[in-house]
Amino acid sequence: MLKIEVMPTYNLKINGKSHTVNADEDTPLLWVLRDQLDLVGTKFGCGIGQCGACTIHVDGHATRSCLTQISEAETMEITTIEGLSKTGEHPVQQAWKTIDVPQCGYCQSGQIMTAAAFLKSNTNPSNEAIRTAMNGNICRCASYNSIEDAVKLASEQINNPQKA
Amino acid sequence: MSSSKQITFNRRSFLKTSALAGGGMLIGFNLFNACSNNAKLPVDISKLNYNDFNAFIKISDEGKVTIFSPNPEIGQGVKTAMPMLIAEELDVAWEDVYVQQGKLDTKNYTRQVAGGSQSIRRSWQPLREVGATARQMLVNAAAAQWGVDASTCKVDKGIITNAKGEQLTYGNVVKAAALLDIPETIQLKDPKNFSIVGKGKGNVDIDKIITGQPLFGLDYKAEGMQYASVLRPPAFGKTLETFDATATKAVAGVTDVIKFGDKIGVIATNTWAAMKGKKALVAQWKQTKPAESTADHDKKLVALLNSDDLKIRRKDGNVKQAFATADKIIERTYEAPFLPHNCMEPMNFFANVTPEKIYLVGPIQTPEGTARGVAKKLNRDESEVDLQMTRMGGGFGRRLRGDFVLEAAELSHRTKKPIKLVYSREDDMTAGVYRPSSKYKLTASIKDGALTGYRLQEACVNANMYGLIPNFFPAGALEHYQVESGQIKSNISTGAWRAPYTNFLASAEQSFFDELAEALGTDRVALHMQLLDKVKQNPNPKIKYSPERLQGVLQSVAKVSNWGNAPEGVYQGLSVYYCHNTHVAEVADIIMDNGTPVVKKVSCVVDCGIVVNPLGAMNQIKGGILDGIGHTMYADFSFKDGTPSSKNFDTYKLIRMAQTPRIDVHFIESQEDPTGLGEPTLPPIGAAVANAIYKATGQRLTKQPYEKALLENKAKVLG
Repeated sequence: MLKIEVMPTYNLKINGKSHTVNADEDTPLLWVLRDQLDLVGTKFGCGIGQCGACTIHVDGHATRSCLTQISEAETMEITTIEGLSKTGEHPVQQAWKTIDVPQCGYCQSGQIMTAAAFLKSNTNPSNEAIRTAMNGNICRCASYNSIEDAVKLASEQINNPQKA
Repeated sequence: MSSSKQITFNRRSFLKTSALAGGGMLIGFNLFNACSNNAKLPVDISKLNYNDFNAFIKISDEGKVTIFSPNPEIGQGVKTAMPMLIAEELDVAWEDVYVQQGKLDTKNYTRQVAGGSQSIRRSWQPLREVGATARQMLVNAAAAQWGVDASTCKVDKGIITNAKGEQLTYGNVVKAAALLDIPETIQLKDPKNFSIVGKGKGNVDIDKIITGQPLFGLDYKAEGMQYASVLRPPAFGKTLETFDATATKAVAGVTDVIKFGDKIGVIATNTWAAMKGKKALVAQWKQTKPAESTADHDKKLVALLNSDDLKIRRKDGNVKQAFATADKIIERTYEAPFLPHNCMEPMNFFANVTPEKIYLVGPIQTPEGTARGVAKKLNRDESEVDLQMTRMGGGFGRRLRGDFVLEAAELSHRTKKPIKLVYSREDDMTAGVYRPSSKYKLTASIKDGALTGYRLQEACVNANMYGLIPNFFPAGALEHYQVESGQIKSNISTGAWRAPYTNFLASAEQSFFDELAEALGTDRVALHMQLLDKVKQNPNPKIKYSPERLQGVLQSVAKVSNWGNAPEGVYQGLSVYYCHNTHVAEVADIIMDNGTPVVKKVSCVVDCGIVVNPLGAMNQIKGGILDGIGHTMYADFSFKDGTPSSKNFDTYKLIRMAQTPRIDVHFIESQEDPTGLGEPTLPPIGAAVANAIYKATGQRLTKQPYEKALLENKAKVLG
């Protein structure tokens, strides 16, 4: 039996580029990014917004792409880990490298995206503020001490780029 | 202590070299066959390839070195640490080293498994030998060119210098070196002179990780690939009766619905459609095996502990007699639940079963056994299986079992399409290979103010502690000592979980020792020091832990944690343990916040011999401790009629940053060969936390998860 599939078309703006995709309207942005646009840095962890592995920026704010439907994404300015910087030079990415944060590394793009958005709103956070801001992102390898240190280091570099 | 080791090979066949057509030199070796005497390697050097060797080094004519790391990377850092060993002895700049994951060779790999914290311990010597051999060949080539004795040449970072000060780079001589015989004698460096080993080296995949480049199994794509989601029985003990896929087939993107065994695979053009299609399936299940519940397991395990059906695993003296004549008997039963692994990257695998070959790509801790399993399942020859490993988003033991690879292969075989099987989190948590639930009964006797007898009884689901464990501390410290174990059978699938058995046994025993020290009126540290002194006086070859090294970490942790002198409002708990060849002591500092204990700091001292990569080691140590705290405190998991109590992170609590203490790590300075770190810091932490909670609250916690136990105790008090 031939199934006739007409899927709606969406125009998306991701990492400063325009993309046109066909997808069912309830498709989470996560799967469009990963399966259709080959932007696989955004990870699937739980599908219910609990783990933060799929965190992207929507209009600069940290957002769960697993809970963002494609049908609401057309008006959004979307940034994924691949678009956070050209070659990994964002202070958060550099701090992750300096501290050598990752163990398995799977959750880290989500952690980095959460941290990058947070540091825009709070450029000089206390450790307490960092711990609250990062609490939505699970790291199963529990690299939490290093993540905390890296966010702190990134904030110092943002405030004092010469020092870095 | 000396120093650089001179080694004469009598097993030269484990290593082969050849010149590369495009320039450069290839050194192939079979890492773990190098340690055994039955190495069978082809003599014909022209056939040097992945099928003969599980690892190799390529040195280009620019002097750049590519090292193919043979062991699977699950986050434990071997993809960085193992090449460090080669690069150290090869004497190249770390910046000139490029590391790539080796491919699976099912015929010749003897240990390509990530598990048991063994990767570094086993590869320490052979990898260094390979590096040193290559260095010697390059030096020999340079010496021949200069017409001087090789022993007069020195090497630093890939540059060879002779007595006159003339220099040649590895790149200059690599072509000539490739034609030389493998030297019979090589010199290993004195660990004191290490310039790479012992210096922190960042994760070799760091740039890809921080920029989101494809690296993991879930990121892998192939031409024409489709995605599969599988519906499995909703409970252990149930089988598929009938199903209706009408709604599934109406989902845009769904192309096939395949029943296989008691499972139904939904194949689609994208992951979401496959998952949505699975949700739309209407299936009827029937109960064909018992519907098991945690409450029933608990009753059976307790009954087993109190029966005479346990098997004796080690018996010293006569505990019964010691107990009969004691002044005081202390007995406690400790209980732990089933645990899912919850790797952040859910189980997934790519399979493309074609008439010629079976291509498998993905994250697996046991590539060899898995490839064999797929060949057997599809009735194909093992040589037709090509398995490629990806970086793994966590393992923790779950990826030792290749059940999901078999599913992917079967779906590809049936549909004749390249298939990527993807588990949802719910699939991952409900189709698990769980840590079995277990109970430990500990009994000890005190007479005339001294510990006289000790009995450990284990009751566990589907499995029992491995044979080394009965010889762990306090074995050897007491005249009357006995370990027994027994199991009940369950249809719930169980398997290894980070630091199998000890992950909970250490909690039980080290909590029990806290209680014993209190009953004896002795300080925890003093009690252990005395007991370990007794082990030193009675050496026993069965006992693999070192009483000296355990005392070393214990004394050191007491010092760095300021043990016994905690400031007002801070409560300390101590735990010391040996497993996976590594000795560890930990002190947890907790405070009470509105009546709730909060772990603020953990001091940890580790004796793992030489620390190969301090950065990676630090990550493993801290991760192990925080993982241990998380599961000890929060992991609440049970079964009701064969169905798990939690399916996703909304109801299953993993540790998050706000709950994490800071961890202060210290290493015992050592020239001993290195031991692994993926597991050993996890087991002791549960007891350190429990013992601190006892000091703060007066409650002896015996049933994990402890957060739940504290709430239940509170409810009891409030009546």
